[in-house]
Amino acid sequence: MNGLESLYQELILDHSKRPHGKELADETGRTATSLQRNPVCGDEITLRVRVSDDGERVLDVTWDGAGCSISQASASMLSALVDELGEEADGDGMPRADVDARIEGFRAALRSRGTVPLDEETFADAAALSGVSKFTARVKCAMLAWVALEDALERA
Amino acid sequence: MTSPASVLDLAAIRADFPILDETLNGQPLIYLDSGATAQKPRVVLDAEIDFLTRNNSAVHRGAHTLAAEATELFEDARATVAGFVGAAPDDLVWTSGATAAINLVAYAIGNATAGRGAPASARFALAPEDEIVVTEAEHHANLIPWQELAARTGAVIRAIRVHDDATLDPAHAASVISERTRVVAFTHVSNVSGIVSPVAELVDLARDVGALTVLDACQSAPHLPVDFPALGVDLAAFSGHKLLGPYGIGALYGRSEILEALPPFLTGGSMITDVTIESAEYLVSQAVGLAAAVRYLEGLDMGAVHAREQDLGNRMIAGLREIPGVRVLGDAEGVERVGLASFDVTGVHAHDVGQFLDARGIAVRVGHHCAKPLHRRLGLTASVRASASVFTTDDDITALLEGVSAVRDYFGADE
Repeated sequence: MNGLESLYQELILDHSKRPHGKELADETGRTATSLQRNPVCGDEITLRVRVSDDGERVLDVTWDGAGCSISQASASMLSALVDELGEEADGDGMPRADVDARIEGFRAALRSRGTVPLDEETFADAAALSGVSKFTARVKCAMLAWVALEDALERA
Repeated sequence: MTSPASVLDLAAIRADFPILDETLNGQPLIYLDSGATAQKPRVVLDAEIDFLTRNNSAVHRGAHTLAAEATELFEDARATVAGFVGAAPDDLVWTSGATAAINLVAYAIGNATAGRGAPASARFALAPEDEIVVTEAEHHANLIPWQELAARTGAVIRAIRVHDDATLDPAHAASVISERTRVVAFTHVSNVSGIVSPVAELVDLARDVGALTVLDACQSAPHLPVDFPALGVDLAAFSGHKLLGPYGIGALYGRSEILEALPPFLTGGSMITDVTIESAEYLVSQAVGLAAAVRYLEGLDMGAVHAREQDLGNRMIAGLREIPGVRVLGDAEGVERVGLASFDVTGVHAHDVGQFLDARGIAVRVGHHCAKPLHRRLGLTASVRASASVFTTDDDITALLEGVSAVRDYFGADE
């Protein structure tokens, strides 16, 4: 695998072309929205999270925005991950603590310069973003949606 | 008639740049990011090392021989760099770069407005509703300092529009520059389109209303013959690191009567405020390095450099125009330009294009290139920019065009 293909895995290109959750849901129920920008490249993302009434469970993540394939794929994969794990819990959403732990784990892996891989069991399709951590200029692109979710959850 | 390429001995020039021996991702380096920062010929590196190993000492102070030698080299460097832009040594002030130079002017005008200058400085004072004119094509360095000055003084910013092909609209310039205009700040060459601005026209319009002209020469000084007095501008700024010189140094040119009257950042000639002169006096090895850089360019002949690089710019634009899904920013015919082209690839983000080219050893700039207003005007948030230097070969341009031709397929932009 050459350098470029370790970054742009097929799964990443698929998600960037056919993104998951790329349409902001309405603000029914308990929601919070975060706008994050990457000032260097002008990329931006608006992400909305819906949580259960007690705030303990994350029900869905939707988003909209414009940016490079990495930032778009990462947002798509994050949205899909929340949906997938929510369905596994009988459609009750993901426990908030699990989401927080994944954001932390994702950040740690992305900042590891290729030393900490993302496992598929925990991160589903987003595990394909492991290769980004070797491209330090692109880490911010991959982090954008995850930072938006972290910010939104703090206010949800 | 000889072609520009034959005037410049490319093989000899390339041998002067040690970094060209490097590889990028296993490929020979194709450096097309000189608009962001230039690579340095060995003579520049040697000049700095020679100075630091043989002459280093504090300039303009101390009575010992070494200090006298350092002072002489420092002032020789000023004369050399001033001469490169057609100026007298006293009309060139060292700064840390072009951004610092433009801020220096903006703050000096602000100080004049606050009454913190000699009586001669009153002519620069701004009143509320006075206008500062810029263009839509400015780099943020020639925009934000003026916005800040406007915010401090109550003056108003107005921008000369550009056409869809990124050329300045002269009719709009003529209507925007009025009796209320006090400053006209504009770029000599756009860092996005590579197009040379109609300096004479803008200077005439500014002169007719008695406005001060400030020229951003960052993208012109390294690439075409520049003579600030002949251009008729009052002030001009450029950076050393884009001019094959070291980081951390730049210069402000000013007509002597302007520099003498601007308070209190500038008190005339090469003398600047206590605070700034202290920092300038530490820029000695950088000044010596920058002087070596401009001597190197003078040795190549700036006319030949411009002809060659303009030819490269035209080739880039002609080639990019032929690639399906590629839009050139500043696709204007028959304009004077430098060897720089920015473009958008439909369906592929600029970052992804840059990454794809990087894997082929091609270094380009991606993003808004600190020129957000122009990108917004052209309906984009980011673009890819390729910029040539004296060492750029025809093969480099071919490699760029081949890379860009392959990018939409790789990212499935047509799917």
